[in-house]
Amino acid sequence: MKKVIVIGGGAAGMQAALRLRARGVEPLVVERETETGGKLRGWHVLFPSFTPAGELLSELRRRVRESGIEVLTGATVTAIAPRRVTLSDGRCLACDAVVLATGFTLFDARIKEEYGYGIYDNVVTSADLERMFAQGRVAKADGTAPRRIAFLHCVGSRDEKVCQQHCSRVCCITGVKQAMELRRMFPAADVFNFYMDMRMFGPGYEELYREAQQRCNIHFVRGRISEASPTIDGRLQIKAEDTLTGRPLRMSVDMLVLLVGMRANDDNAALAASAGLARSASGFMAPRDLFLGRVSAPVEGIFYAGTVTAPKTLGETLDEATAAADAAAEYLKA
Amino acid sequence: MAIEFGYTISKPRAIDIDRNNLRKSDEILREMPELQTCIGCGSCTAVCTAGNLTSFNFRRVHTLVRRGEYRGAYEEMNKCMLCGKCRLVCPRGINTRGVVLLLKRKLGDF
Ligand code: SF4
Ligand code: SF4
Ligand code: SF4
Repeated sequence: MKKVIVIGGGAAGMQAALRLRARGVEPLVVERETETGGKLRGWHVLFPSFTPAGELLSELRRRVRESGIEVLTGATVTAIAPRRVTLSDGRCLACDAVVLATGFTLFDARIKEEYGYGIYDNVVTSADLERMFAQGRVAKADGTAPRRIAFLHCVGSRDEKVCQQHCSRVCCITGVKQAMELRRMFPAADVFNFYMDMRMFGPGYEELYREAQQRCNIHFVRGRISEASPTIDGRLQIKAEDTLTGRPLRMSVDMLVLLVGMRANDDNAALAASAGLARSASGFMAPRDLFLGRVSAPVEGIFYAGTVTAPKTLGETLDEATAAADAAAEYLKA
Repeated sequence: MAIEFGYTISKPRAIDIDRNNLRKSDEILREMPELQTCIGCGSCTAVCTAGNLTSFNFRRVHTLVRRGEYRGAYEEMNKCMLCGKCRLVCPRGINTRGVVLLLKRKLGDF
């Protein structure tokens, strides 16, 4: 039986492995962490349906287990070639093709120092907030409930200053989803979303945005927060321009949520160099063709699934994983 | 007679949400929650009969009201001729003419 190494055991990697197995190919999933699941492990509920992330994760894991797919955990890949994968411990694994499904890295919000993440209390990222939701408890650092909350879109995306020019696609809808969850949790709180553009491209997204506006009374202000600073009473003062009225705007808030973007993994550079692959300007892997070769690398025998090539939603990632596995299976038939 | 110091103090232009009383705007939004669905497209202002002849900008005024900036809003709304063209074009289906009437009813004191 032909063997394909799937690098990355997140949603994309698991789905690609399942499809390969269904097509009569033997997949081996190589995962860096001690368990599968990737970023899905840190998420509480998924947009736009508020489906528990754990449901999707346990279903994927169950399928992987029941298909008897071999998973190698705690293994970091340092170099790839169509028929060989090298691990950091020096081991070389032979195969007939490779599916790269190593995903993305969350932007480190500390780099945008002006927002005070890691410096002031009550500045959190969307990922932190998701963890708090999962633990069932959202509160200020002093344990009290926030009365006014601001979300800031595009943190670490669309920003030359941090060398991230791309849009991360999923943070707008995440901001809408999380704002709605906070309003549900704290009905007396005011929630403001500071956005640059509202990118509601997916099915049901615009509808959710409208619901957030009309039913949840979330205030959407077009303008980027320039900075956050602590006030004497322990709140955070934020400044922006309300660009739709052309006036500067300021307010104090109890909590500032930074919607952090997706950036390319640092090790994309080394992996690309090892196999002679190209990367896009923002560091993600560049597929062979933007229309007819979206899941293929320019090098025969290497395939891409999920956010290793660009920010994507989970649905898109799962579809692409299926497409990548199909492309690999066809390649092995030839 | 006022003493002339050779300079004037400009009023701050910033919208200060901490200082603004949002109760009135909450009241307005409770009566017409649809106003919150505005996406700032400006269609209402683009077709506005009054806006084409005066500095009246319907979108801007109702956005300011939502931020608790009421001063001058009532007077601005008086420029509206209630022709209703804005309502025909609003992509969110907001009863914009109704917004004009509501603002006039609520903001007479400001
Ligand atoms: S999806 Fe929205 S928040 Fe995220 S980078 Fe794009 S515009 Fe900014
Ligand atoms: S109803 Fe008033 S605001 Fe609307 S288009 Fe006519 S004049 Fe302009
Ligand atoms: S037409 Fe409707 S959505 Fe567009 S700016 Fe006017 S009120 Fe807002």
